Amino acid sequence: MAINKEIDAVTGVETTGHVWDGDLKELNKPLPKWWLYVLYASIVWSIGYWVLYPAWPGISGYTRGTLGYSQRVEVAKDLALAKESQAKFIEAIGAKPIEEIEKNPDLMEFVLRGGATQFGNNCAPCHGKGAQGFKGYPNLNDDDWLWGGGNEAIQNTIRYGIRSGHEKAHEGAMPRFGIDQILTNAQISDTADYVLSLSGVKGDTAAVERGKTVFGEQCAACHGAEAKGTLEMGAPNLTDGIWLFGGRKVDVEETIRNGRSGVMPAWEGKLDPVTIKMLAIYVHSLGGGK
Amino acid sequence: MKSTSEEVIAVSGALGLMSAALFGAAGSILAFAGLDEVIRFHGLLIAVAAVVGGLYIMANPRKGGLDEQQSYMDGPIKFATLAAVVWGVVGFLVGDLIAWQLAFPALNFDLPWTNFGRLRPLHTSAVIFAFGGNVLIATSLYVVQRTSRARLAGYWTPWFVVFGYQIFIVLAATGYVLGSTQGKEYAEPEWYVDLFLTIVWVAYLLVFLGTLWKRKEPHIYVANWFYLAFIVTIAMLHIVNNLAVPVSVLGSKSYSLFAGVQDAMTQWWYGHNAVGFFLTAGFLGIMYYFIPKRVERPVYSYRLSIIHFWSLIFLYIWAGPHHLHYTALPDWAQTLGMTFSIMLWMPSWGGMINGLMTLSGAWDRLRTDPVVRLLVVSVAFYGMSTFEGPLMSIKAVNSLSHYTDWTIGHVHSGALGWVGMVSFGAIYCLVPWLWKREGLYSLRLVEWHFWIATIGIVLYISSMWVSGVMQGLMWRAYDHLGFLTYSFVETVEAMYWPYIIRATGGLLFVLGSLMMAWNVWKTVQGAKPVDIKQQPRSASAPELRAGLLAHPAE
Repeated sequence: MAINKEIDAVTGVETTGHVWDGDLKELNKPLPKWWLYVLYASIVWSIGYWVLYPAWPGISGYTRGTLGYSQRVEVAKDLALAKESQAKFIEAIGAKPIEEIEKNPDLMEFVLRGGATQFGNNCAPCHGKGAQGFKGYPNLNDDDWLWGGGNEAIQNTIRYGIRSGHEKAHEGAMPRFGIDQILTNAQISDTADYVLSLSGVKGDTAAVERGKTVFGEQCAACHGAEAKGTLEMGAPNLTDGIWLFGGRKVDVEETIRNGRSGVMPAWEGKLDPVTIKMLAIYVHSLGGGK
Repeated sequence: MKSTSEEVIAVSGALGLMSAALFGAAGSILAFAGLDEVIRFHGLLIAVAAVVGGLYIMANPRKGGLDEQQSYMDGPIKFATLAAVVWGVVGFLVGDLIAWQLAFPALNFDLPWTNFGRLRPLHTSAVIFAFGGNVLIATSLYVVQRTSRARLAGYWTPWFVVFGYQIFIVLAATGYVLGSTQGKEYAEPEWYVDLFLTIVWVAYLLVFLGTLWKRKEPHIYVANWFYLAFIVTIAMLHIVNNLAVPVSVLGSKSYSLFAGVQDAMTQWWYGHNAVGFFLTAGFLGIMYYFIPKRVERPVYSYRLSIIHFWSLIFLYIWAGPHHLHYTALPDWAQTLGMTFSIMLWMPSWGGMINGLMTLSGAWDRLRTDPVVRLLVVSVAFYGMSTFEGPLMSIKAVNSLSHYTDWTIGHVHSGALGWVGMVSFGAIYCLVPWLWKREGLYSLRLVEWHFWIATIGIVLYISSMWVSGVMQGLMWRAYDHLGFLTYSFVETVEAMYWPYIIRATGGLLFVLGSLMMAWNVWKTVQGAKPVDIKQQPRSASAPELRAGLLAHPAE
């Protein structure tokens, strides 16, 4: 390397005189002033921040800062404030029976807003954001309730769940008529034709007649002779055209063949009693009935 | 240039064979006695790689000779350059796949190996370590030889570095897909892969230092400061963050030496400085060589390079806690992380100023040379993301931006815009220089690459800004009764279109990289450049340029 200071023709600035790899040179430009001043400003700002806020650790503690700021204290304050602002509603909802809550517009506003939030975060993954349901997960907006659509019934379903393992959970499952060889494939097909005919789907008349016989022997015990369903068993009404697991013939056949036993978790212990109550009222407000 | 003596070459060959034997033995033990499938598979990979390496050494008994001893050693550099192109395409593709997965979850294919959780580390490691790492290794070994006027130190060691590094990448990538991870972001590989990388990395450090040691220039060129800071700091970060106790020396699982908030802080001290020293310092090294070389202008300010180098090095290492604002991390650590990030703004911009202003007197090259445009736009993205970074480290801003897509957008403006573009620029310079061509196969194709990648980046980061700010605002919105306005699933639903736009931007970026791969391949093959008249003098290999230029090593 030759020490070879020169004046760069374009900028008029002197080079440092170092040359690498044939043509790599550096100009000896001073630091841009604005750059230096902004750097200084950021340092001054940081020092100011260190004076005001917790900053430098020592052997047995740290500088606390003149503002006495503590993130933990701030969070505790915010949480306490949030709790306090909701306390009177929470207390009232816990203490009053549901009918009374439903008559109080202030409480209902709180219940419906809170219920919607809780529904979105806990129930929506299965039942959908608008409670519209999916295959195997009931629509909660309609008036079709497997285990009862009154406030208390909904509250119990949320609390204990369905086949959840909780001792008070709703139990009872649709038998596996095909797998357990209770019915033949032909009988299953006939029964499906009959069941669909109840919701107005036309099928082969002879098959429907044969299916009606099978239904009377095998299905009426739970679904009722009229096929209107039984709440105690969670056996659905088969005449309303609402199908939890699909209403095509193959779906109904699959249901008869393999049985159905959907699960809803028990929320008791995961959500507090007031939240469950709010959820029950919220869900009831969507499409509650009986 | 100091010549490599015959003895050194002989010793190097013997040592190479011995290490191949050792790695072969260690791999075989793991392959046969390993306690789980992953480590057995990895043992097999290591053993096969050792055999391949050993056979290669035996099949190439190097005789030395004046030419081989005295010219620059470019073989490992060519290897790493091609590896960078291949891994780049792979890494970008996987990234775009997981981007589509976020909009269309069915693309997870319901298979464990292809779900987002396993492919995401595959993407990040492929682009950062496989693509970025190979670009850094290739350029650093190229630059340190030229600016030191010295052949690489060691004989087989540089080959071990580039070959071993690819083995590390394969071990890491296959580990992720098979579900092996220690759960540390950007440091997912398990203990034995970490140990292997440590050996490779120390060899890399020795090669680099040894070459500097042999240098014929009294001053060390600025690019080498940055490369050396990168290599040394990454070694330190890698070793400390990966301290872990394996459940068994024959099993793949290990547990971190740290726990709780100390573990989190160590991880983000690592994570942030991986950004600072791998993705910033290393690539600034690239900028400091390739921009002045390509535009044939002196570096704007020597003094600025000194001040911004030392302030960058000193300040960056403190900034990690800003990744842990509003967590269990003590207040004082959060304060330090934030203030040091603010102070880091100008030191980062020092590099931008030096990069951009090196073009004074050659601004017309922006119009005529798309390679210069790649390099310069990369520096612009660098400036933008190093402003955005300090901004996001401010606690009030962070309370909105943290955990949202804004962070993803920020990372990618740095990763695609800065690291990606500066790497593409360097690769387009390097390939004709290394393979002694008069120019690139097609400069027009570079033009296309530049535009298609730039549009892709703009789509990517703007959709992530929108999506991130929307996400942050939706999360924090609550009503007069104190209830959250939106459920989480509603915020996810709102991301749908931004995710599609982002994935489309990513697709453009992938297309650009395929154009580059084609262009590089044709250039390497020696295809006659289609637009040589449009290419600047600095596009051709130094040996082929008319007039005085880089001395070949004496």
